Parts: sequence; C-alpha cells; structure tokens
Amino acid sequence: METLMIILTGVLVTIATYLVLSKSVIRVILGTAVYSHAAHLLIITMGGLKTGNVPILGDEDISTFVDPLPQALILTSIVISFAVTALVLVLAYRAYQTLGTDNMEELRGSKYE
Amino acid sequence: MGTLNFIVLIPFLAAIFIPLFYKKGSRLHIGLLPMIVAVSLFIYLLTYIPQIANGKTFLHTISWIPSYGINFTTYLDGLSLILALLITGIGTLVILYSIYYLSENEQLGHFYTYLMLFMGAMLGVVLSDNMMGLYVFWELTSISSFLLIAFWYQRKRSREGAQKSLLITVSGGFGMLVGFLMIYSMTGTMSVREVIQIMPGMTDHGLFVPAMLLILLGAFTKSAQFPFHIWLPDAMEAPTPVSAYLHSATMVKAGIYLVARFTPVFGGDGIWFWVVTGVGLFTLFWGSFQAVRQTDLKALLAFSTVSQLGMIMSMFGMGSVALNFGYSTESVFYSQATFAALFHLVNHSTFKGALFMVVGIVDHEVGTRDIRRLGGLATIMPITFTISLIGSFSMAGLPPFNGFLSKEMFFQAAVDITELGLFHMDTIGNLIPILAWVASIFTFVYSMIIVFQTFLGPYREERLERPASEGPGGMLISPVILAAFVVLIFFMPNVLGNYIIRPAVESVFPTLAAEVDLGVKISAWHGLNTALWMTIGVIVLGILLYSFPKAWRWIYAIFPTGWSLNSLYNFTLEQGVKFSRTFTNGYMTGLLRHYMMYIYLFFIVLVAGAFILTGSYDFTISGNAEISTFEWIIAMTLIIAAVSILFAKSRLTAILLNSVLGYGVALFFVIFRAPDLALTQMVIETVTTVLFLVAYYFLPEWKREKETRRINMSKLFVSIGVGATFTVVALAVQNNRLFERISTYFENSYELAGGRNIVNTILSDFRGFDTMLEVVVLLIAGLGVYSIIKLKAGKRGDKLENQ
Repeated sequence: METLMIILTGVLVTIATYLVLSKSVIRVILGTAVYSHAAHLLIITMGGLKTGNVPILGDEDISTFVDPLPQALILTSIVISFAVTALVLVLAYRAYQTLGTDNMEELRGSKYE
Repeated sequence: MGTLNFIVLIPFLAAIFIPLFYKKGSRLHIGLLPMIVAVSLFIYLLTYIPQIANGKTFLHTISWIPSYGINFTTYLDGLSLILALLITGIGTLVILYSIYYLSENEQLGHFYTYLMLFMGAMLGVVLSDNMMGLYVFWELTSISSFLLIAFWYQRKRSREGAQKSLLITVSGGFGMLVGFLMIYSMTGTMSVREVIQIMPGMTDHGLFVPAMLLILLGAFTKSAQFPFHIWLPDAMEAPTPVSAYLHSATMVKAGIYLVARFTPVFGGDGIWFWVVTGVGLFTLFWGSFQAVRQTDLKALLAFSTVSQLGMIMSMFGMGSVALNFGYSTESVFYSQATFAALFHLVNHSTFKGALFMVVGIVDHEVGTRDIRRLGGLATIMPITFTISLIGSFSMAGLPPFNGFLSKEMFFQAAVDITELGLFHMDTIGNLIPILAWVASIFTFVYSMIIVFQTFLGPYREERLERPASEGPGGMLISPVILAAFVVLIFFMPNVLGNYIIRPAVESVFPTLAAEVDLGVKISAWHGLNTALWMTIGVIVLGILLYSFPKAWRWIYAIFPTGWSLNSLYNFTLEQGVKFSRTFTNGYMTGLLRHYMMYIYLFFIVLVAGAFILTGSYDFTISGNAEISTFEWIIAMTLIIAAVSILFAKSRLTAILLNSVLGYGVALFFVIFRAPDLALTQMVIETVTTVLFLVAYYFLPEWKREKETRRINMSKLFVSIGVGATFTVVALAVQNNRLFERISTYFENSYELAGGRNIVNTILSDFRGFDTMLEVVVLLIAGLGVYSIIKLKAGKRGDKLENQ
C-alpha cells in the first residue's frame, strides 16, 4: 500500500511540475493545488498506513492507533494551502483586470520588451 | 569575565549609547563621551605596564563556540600592550582634536559611533588570542574604516575611496581567514599562543607556505604594502582626524601587528624573511618616491605613511631571521631589528599623527592643502609651524627627534643583515642597505617639502580660500602633546625601550626571551659608524635634491600614466561590473518558467546526484500494508484523472478533474483512519472548486498552449525528472526509520489535554500556538484577498485621494 501511494504521489508531482511550467496563470495555480494533494498523501504515507485504529480514545480495549501527528500536520496544511490558492487566484484575477492578460510571458514587465 | 574582555567591549557599548545621547545643539559636546572612554581605557592600560615589563601576561577566555575551538579570548602581552596603548592614547588625542575640527553641523553622532566601533574592533584585533576572534575584529576595522572614509558620503571621491579600501582590505582579510583555517587544520587549535608552540615542528607541512603567504596577504593589504597600497591615498578623503587615527597611527598598523604576532610561527623561514623584507623595502622605496611628486599635502602624507609602514615591515622581516639560530649571540644580534621596528612603530605614530593634525589645521584655516598655493605661513601660524618642523625633521631622521634614533637603528639593521650567511644574502643581500638608503633620501626630500613649501616662501593670500590665522587653541593641544613626545623620546628613549618595547620584543621571540635579555640600549651617539655616515649621506644628498628639483624630476615622466596600479584596479572593477551585469541579465529572463526550471534542475542534479553518488537507494515492499481492490480502483482513478488534466480541452474539465483528485484524497483519508482529515478535505475541496469557478467567471478561457516541440520536450523531461527523483527518495525514506515515533506521547491525550480525539488535542492543545499562527496566516491571506480586490493602485488611486 505504501509503495502504491508513493508512486501515486510521484505521478501527482510530475503532473504538477508540468502544470507549473505552463504559460497560463490558471494552469500554474492548478499545479500548486495538485502539489498540495501530493504533499498530503506523502505525509500520511510516511506515518505508516493502517497500523492501528482511528486515533480517538474511547473503548478501553483498543490500544493501537495510527500515527496522529501526520494527521495534525496535514490538517494544518490543508487549510493553509486553501488560503494560498485563494490568494493566488485573486492575484491572477487582479493581474488580468489591470494588465489584460493571463499569459506569463506577457506578464514579464516592460524591462524585457 | 576578565577585565580585558571588558576593555574590548566598552567602546562597542559606547558606540551603542552615543546615538541615544546625541542631540544637536546640546551644551555638552558629544565628543566628550568617547574621549572619556578612550582616556580611561588608556589610563587603565597604563597600570599594566609594570607587570608586563616583568614578563607577566594576562589571559581571559569567554567561551563562544568551544566545540570548534572558537572563543573570545583576550591575551595581553608586551606586543598587544604597545598597540593597545597607541589605540587608546592616539584615540584620545584624535577625539579631542576632532571636537574642534568638525563643525557642529556635521553628523557628529555618526562620526563618534563609527570611531568607537573602530576603537573596539582595533582593541579586539590586538588583544585577541583566538584566530577567529581576531578575524572578526579585523573585518570590523575594515568596515568602520569604510564608514569613516565615506563620512562625507555626498562626495563621489569619498564613496569611491571607501569602496576601494573595503574591497582591497576585505579581500586580503579573506585570504587571511583561509590561512587561519589552514593553520587550524595543521595544528588543531585556534589559539595563537598554542600555534606558536606547535608550529616550529611543522615547517615541512604542505600547507605551511600557503598559510604563510595567505596571512601575509591579509597583513599587506591592511598595512598598504606594495602593490596593495593604492587604497591608502584614496582613503584620505576621510576627515583629517580619521586619517590621523586610522590611516596612519592605528588601523594600518594592524598588518604590522599581524606580522609581528606570527613571526614566532613562521619566522626563521627563508620565504617569510624574503617576502616580508622584500615587500617592505620596496614599499619603503616606492612610497617615498611617489610621495615627493604629490602636491596635495594629505596625499603626500599618505604615501609617506605607505613608505614608513614598509620600513617597519622590512625591519620585522630582518628581525625574523633571529629565530633561525636558536639561542645564540647571533640571534640576539638580529633580534635588534625587531626592537627597532617596534621603536619606530611608536615613533611613527607620534610624528605622523602630529603631521596629519597640522595639515588638518592648515586645511581648516586657509581652506586648501595644495602646496602650490600654500607658502609663508610660518609667521602667521608659528605654533603649527613649529609642530610641523618637529614632525617632519623626525620623519626625515634628524636629531634631536625620535625619528633619528629609529632611523639609525634601521640603517644599522640593514647593514648588519648583509653579514647573514643564509637565504642567498651574500649575493642580492647587499641591495637591502642600498635600497634603504635611497628610499631615505626621498623621505628626507618630502619631509622638507612639507615644512618649507607650506610655511616658508612668499605668502600669497589671493591663492587661499581664506586669509590665514593660527588655529584655535583646542586644535593645537593634541599635536603639541604628540610633538612633545617626539622630542621627549629622543632624550629619554630607554624609558620607552625598557618598559614597553623590550616586553614586546620578548613576546615576538618567546623562545629567546627565556634565555637572554633582549633589551637594547638606545643611544643617540654611537660613534662614527656606517649608520651615521649613511644618515649624513642622506642629509647631504637630500638637500641637493630638494634644492635642484628640476635636475631629476624628469624621472617621473619615465612611467607611462596609463599603466598604473590604479588604472588596473579601475579596469578590473569596470570589467567585473560589466561581466556580472551581462551574466545576470542572461539568466534573469523575467519568465516564471525559467526560474522554476532553475529550481527544478538544481533539485534534480543535487538530490538525484547525491542519491546516486552515495548509493542510498533502498526499497522493499515487505513492511507494506495490504491493498484491497477498492483501493486499487481509487488509486488508478486518481492517476488517470491527474494525467487527464494535462489534456483537458477546457478549464472546466481541468478543475473538475482537480476535484476528483481532492475527493479521492479524502477517500484515502477515510481508508487511512483519518476522519477529521477526510471531513476537512471534503469541505475545503468543495470551497476551492467553487472559488475556481468564481475566478473563471472573470478570467479568460484557457487556450491551447502553443509551444515549440523543444520546449514541450524539456518541460516533460524536467517534470518526469522531478517526479522520479521524488518517488525514489520517498521510497528510500519510507523504509528507513531512524527514530522511534514520538506520537505515543500524544496518545495520552485524555490525561494531558482532556480530549479523546488525539488529532484535535494536538491541534488545539499540544501545538495550540502553531494553530493560532495558522489562523493568523488565514487572516493575512484574507486581508490580502480583500485588498487585492478592493484597492485601486496607481494613478486612479491618486485621483481618488485628491477629490
């Protein structure tokens, strides 16, 4: 299972890298979103998969849990990546409004023209 | 903490407090504070003289990075004491002088802060026993010198001079640092005292000569030795008190101090002897030769400082051979050159300090330093004239001034060294006294120029900016004190010799000092020997050359003007700037894709490269959890969805495929026993998709990316490279557990945090602070979103404000 998950994250990273290298701003933002999926899957895989129960105390009998720390980290990360995506999207919107293009090559600035 | 460490730190503390106390137009002059600091340090250091003269030394250590042997260690012996006394003593006089020299309208707060910074750094250099400490303080002196040269930063020449001095001294400092590290790798210690004990047995080590040459590079750049002397004349753009203090009396002596300090480490070696003596002698000659042609008094003094520093340097070179003999009468004989060097070091600080201050007074009173415009000031400025007479005659080596004594000792040492049967002295060694003698003639000539062309001859008021008058009393105090020392040392040289210079010689030759008294009896009259004849020759020829300048000045025309060291420096600087501009513009294309490419390629080369080189690849599926059919299906769906994003025709398809990824991840979270994550992921994924859809309303439909085949291939290559590297590293990491997991601690969450959901207690309790900051990030992002949408930038914003 772990190997499969790592290969899956590897594919996601490849796709995300390809998207980030694109010209269109939307593709770049999409790339960063795919990156965060890959990162979340990687973190939870690194903690070991299906090694115990849901990390919620309750029944006295159950004493093995899956690693709760990666879960806490991912929870933070999900929220943060949402904030970043929102900010970048709005930035793209504003850039398009002001400059009339979403093409990275045209967004280089006057210095290079 | 030892009191010695305090001595170094007090000026730094003063540097912090000066800007706080400084207020324009207050009744107490801000210069009083640094002056009090300097004078109390000076008096405190004076109390050490009796103990140091008895051969005692003081060592205090404050641990800094003990695991690397780096500590803030202060060590006071004879050699450090001389320098420390000069730093604080001359410092006091210079600050007193500057109170009257600088107008109240200058940025005095800055000035005295920099000056205190320098004083602390310089004391640190001479008192540090640890090589790293020494290096740090060494560079601090360069930085404070930079700040002080550029004090009048409105002037272009000041900025250029500051830049030049910084570039040259700091690159030399880097060389020195490398030399120190080499010594550390050879001896395993950072302490100079310990190095002195270990090093004599390691002269055959491969790093011995490189380390020696690199340390000398640091010393030569700092002490303005040929060919690095070019920064010193340009440094004269600094206010005159700074020139008197840093660029003649103290900072430029740091290089000489370094040579003296490392003489017991490298001395006795032929290369050390020839490099130090040779460079010193040539600098002596070149500096004096160039000084004669200067028309600006400060430039003249700068070249004369270069020349005098070369002279001191060469004497340390000559003295170092004493270490070649072990203990014998010969070694004592040659160690006298070192004695002379230290003696001249003190003498030079007295007379050159006085001369700089005199030039400052002249400049201050008449508004020019050009000797072609000056003349006839002797009757108008009698005290200034007297001081400059004393200073110049001492520099020229005339009695009854201290320069005569050390000049004689220099000649004596230059003659004595020819009898040395080592290091090919029998062939080219005879050049040493000849070069020394010729250089001294030029020294005599420029010393005469300073006095006579400024103060005698016709007084032509129309050529001056202001009519001349004697300088204010306060400005005269410091040079008068220095001039008094010039005369006093001539009549009582042995007081200085016994109590201050002898202990310093002993710390340069610790092995010899244990056997025999290295003191030298200085006497003004020592019979009609070669040295005296040389002096008489210098005076006769010097007067002739001064009287008939037209007969020999054509020599200067021989050197083509385009081929100077300065033009080499300027050329290098210009080419450097040009090259870096071309290079930077070459790769800073302004394209996000290029920058990302650099990062990715660097990542691949570095990580994959290191991975392959170290052979860390490690992969096994043995510890894996089993995979159910259901999980296979989700994983495959995700892979297909991800790949399809690349081929999506419309942006709507793309964002839906991205949602597939997000919900798939949420499903995985369910399977991996993470209900909180699954819930959060579901919510966030939904909101993100909505957000994208809203943004799509305002953004244009995405077009097919029209790219050349080459670009597409390179994108593909880089992406697969990154993905492959990522996968391989992750697989290797997955199968290696270096530490026990720490999560068992959190499983006690009910007792520790009163919650049954472990993940939630981690977020809200164990790492609550982290979560709070996460909320702050959300807040910042929210503010960012709001302001990006709402605020109108540029011209439109201005109009709104004006309405």
